[in-house]
Amino acid sequence: MTYIAKPKLHHPSLVKNKAGYTRRDYEGAVSTLCAGCGHDSISAAIIQACYEIDILPHQVAKLSGIGCSSKSPTYFVGASHGFNTVHGRMPSVLTGANLANKDLMYMGVSGDGDSASIGFGQFAHSMRRGVNMTYIVMNNGVYGLTKGQFSATADKGSISKKGAANSDEAIDMVSVAIMMGATFVGRSFSGDKQQLVPLIKAAMMHKGAAFLDVISPCVAFNNHAGSTKSYDYVREHNEALNRIDVIEGREEITTEYAPGTTTMVQQHDGSILRLNKLGEDYDPSDKIAAMTRIQEGLRSGEVVTGLLYVDPTPKDLHHHLNTVDVPLNALNTPDLCPGTAALDRINASLR
Amino acid sequence: MKPTDIKNPDYFHKVVDCQWACPAHTPVPEYIRLIAHGHYSDAYMINWKSNVFPGILGRTCDRPCEPACRRGRVEDEKLVKGKKEPVAICRLKRVAADYKDDDSIAAKMPKAPAKNGKRVACIGGGPSSLTVARDLAVLGYEITIYDQDPKLGGFIRTQIPHFRLPEHVIDEEVGYITGIGNVAFRHQKVESMKAVLAEGYDAVFVGSGAPRGRDLDVPGRKEAAANIHIGLDWLSSVSFGHITKVGKRVIVLGGGNTAMDCCRTARRLGGDDVKVIVRSGFDEMKASPWEKEDAIGEDIPILNMLVPKEVKHEAGTIKGVLFEKVVAKYDDKGRRSLVPSGEPDEFHECDDVLVAIGQENAFPWIETDAGIEFDKWGLPKLNEATLQSTNKKVFFGGDAAFGPKNIIWAAAHGHEAAISIHKMLIGENVEERPGPGVTVLSQKMGIHEWSYDNAPTIDHRFKVPHRKKEEALKDIMAEVELGFDPKLAFEEAQRCLNCDVQTVFSGSLCIECDACVDICPMDCITFTPDGEEKELRTRLTAPAMNPTQDLYIGAGLKTERVMVKDEDVCLHCGLCAERCPTGAWDMRKYYMEMTHAEHACRKQ
Repeated sequence: MTYIAKPKLHHPSLVKNKAGYTRRDYEGAVSTLCAGCGHDSISAAIIQACYEIDILPHQVAKLSGIGCSSKSPTYFVGASHGFNTVHGRMPSVLTGANLANKDLMYMGVSGDGDSASIGFGQFAHSMRRGVNMTYIVMNNGVYGLTKGQFSATADKGSISKKGAANSDEAIDMVSVAIMMGATFVGRSFSGDKQQLVPLIKAAMMHKGAAFLDVISPCVAFNNHAGSTKSYDYVREHNEALNRIDVIEGREEITTEYAPGTTTMVQQHDGSILRLNKLGEDYDPSDKIAAMTRIQEGLRSGEVVTGLLYVDPTPKDLHHHLNTVDVPLNALNTPDLCPGTAALDRINASLR
Repeated sequence: MKPTDIKNPDYFHKVVDCQWACPAHTPVPEYIRLIAHGHYSDAYMINWKSNVFPGILGRTCDRPCEPACRRGRVEDEKLVKGKKEPVAICRLKRVAADYKDDDSIAAKMPKAPAKNGKRVACIGGGPSSLTVARDLAVLGYEITIYDQDPKLGGFIRTQIPHFRLPEHVIDEEVGYITGIGNVAFRHQKVESMKAVLAEGYDAVFVGSGAPRGRDLDVPGRKEAAANIHIGLDWLSSVSFGHITKVGKRVIVLGGGNTAMDCCRTARRLGGDDVKVIVRSGFDEMKASPWEKEDAIGEDIPILNMLVPKEVKHEAGTIKGVLFEKVVAKYDDKGRRSLVPSGEPDEFHECDDVLVAIGQENAFPWIETDAGIEFDKWGLPKLNEATLQSTNKKVFFGGDAAFGPKNIIWAAAHGHEAAISIHKMLIGENVEERPGPGVTVLSQKMGIHEWSYDNAPTIDHRFKVPHRKKEEALKDIMAEVELGFDPKLAFEEAQRCLNCDVQTVFSGSLCIECDACVDICPMDCITFTPDGEEKELRTRLTAPAMNPTQDLYIGAGLKTERVMVKDEDVCLHCGLCAERCPTGAWDMRKYYMEMTHAEHACRKQ
């Protein structure tokens, strides 16, 4: 950990966004994670994304479980709501919070232990229900807090720091998310902010269950030769399918692109995702093709990254439950207890 | 871009902006840290070695270091609650002089060895001559200093009023030099260079200053001469007690530091209505901003854009000065000229006029056939590095060399001239200059421990306490500035960013995890594909907008990208090194000392 606070002095060119904040205003406390942890880079990417899309910090709720990754919400967007829940129970607490107040922007932060082991069921069900949230898994394939055992996302055959090979199959989080019904699914790498920041922005603007699997090397226990989640391994095997740009609703698109190099995906809120093709043709709105491509990647040992799947017209939990427009926590006594006359009317209708 | 060669001593020297800007290259951050730790004597000795007159300069230096100070670039007006201000480097130097342990300093002073049989004459007893004397006396040279005034010190003693620089400070620091031994003082005005050379000196150093004050040339000047004084001469007469009063209404002509000293001195000698009247605009005045502030603080108005036209007088008694009003006009090359504004002339009544409109070099005592050539401006033709004149035995320094500068330049010249004289007299090539002494040492003490206070403060610059105005104006010997006390000195010292503790990058150790990029409060680190400097500056984490500050390029990365660090705004907080998992970043203290005559054979 670091003993001195990050100095308040800043670069002279630092500018305020439309919400009236500088990027530095979206920071949290100084990280107590190990120096070089990928999670800190993801925190920095979240800070950058929130700044770029002019988020009002008090309208964000950050929820997390237990683990290194789940400590990280302390290190970004300090002026927002936060809930550090029980191990593996972040999804249900987030679902409850979302039901009570749908006006907040929900960000679930979890790790491979929290989401792929103890909270695997919770993770799957929150995707199934289509909770409107951005669910980020900081995935390092290892239990760092307990000194480096394989986690459920460690690849079969990868070697631990002590030299043991992993004999179990790995859980592929993006495959599970797509299968369970998430409507925005991407994978990225903590060491590639150019790809990661726009993905986080797009996920936060997506009105449905958005899931990001971010490979985040554990410098202390999983950054050696033989690991498949090290900086070097991911850089060598990273197969980026696309890079996205997020174009907010009212902005006019003036740049022209050579045909076949970009695809535009219009989202429900009017925002547009511009997909810049990197090599092969890939259509992220085709669910089956997406599943196939991911499986091919697993077979050939590629780390397939980018926006993997998006449903441009998602439906969320509140839509399924047909709730009222007003957030439930804003309903007052006359709304909730309409009185004897109303009760009599309901009873009469049931007789 | 080419990877940065950090083995070149200039690279890290330039990052220490204050040291780079100082003509004598004093290791500023090092002595400021020593002051913060209360090691005043050690801080004093660092200064003494480098600039010879810490107590004097700590009160009077022109402070080229302060405009260069990094804090002036990185402070945020809202956070520090005031405008961007450099560290009070100059006044901290005085703290070292004020609180040092005089006995331990005396014990640390060098003593002259046995005479080496060579004799050197120094003409003029000012700072450049004294520096030459100090650097050469410790090598066994026999030094003779000539000066027309009864005490050594030159302009330091005659031109700077004692309310700014008490005489005991001059006595003390001159005493450290004469105390070395082998330094003789001859109270004698030199009238002939050839006569000096005829005395058989092995080398002659001319540090005679720029002693001639420019005169006013307007109608009435001669008739009212009794009440019109040349500022330089007047200050000198005040200093030696020959002049003790002045008229009630005084006009000071000129906008330089001499004018500021004249007007403040006049206030103390009976001048109730003292004003400074300047040809130029207020901002273009040559006086240092803080000297103007001090003058204004003593109720001295500064009137601008007025050119003296005529001195009005009646029966040999001065009545006042008539001024023409002017405006500044700039031609297409940006050159300024002052043209009459067409408004009616202004008349200002007065009893005395002090003329401080500039000073000039004058060498009437150097014969044309002494082998010393002069240029068309009347300045000696010199080798700029060695300060050697066309007569190989004769060297120049201080204001005598390139025209009026200041004390710190005089000390720097003195060091260089001493090196030249020593090299010449031991038969080495004078033009081969010695390189500086450099040590670079890691400051890491433990996993998160550094040997310096790395957390930058957001305190605004602390003000030096002043004596009450009523008291100060009553007594010409009462020093106006009281100096920082140890507590204020500590707080001001903490504002120093320790720019000499350098960020050193080793590409071969880097795993490109971005930890340093993410933590850097100034966004000055970027990992990116290489490019040309101009284009690279635009695509960094934050644009590098100051082309006078270098980009540190680190290579040897696995991805073949480069690490680019913009030195401009780095706080030297060390967070990059603290967050680095592999030690690819390290904070290393760069200590650079200029080489003086003692080690003149050190190779570059």
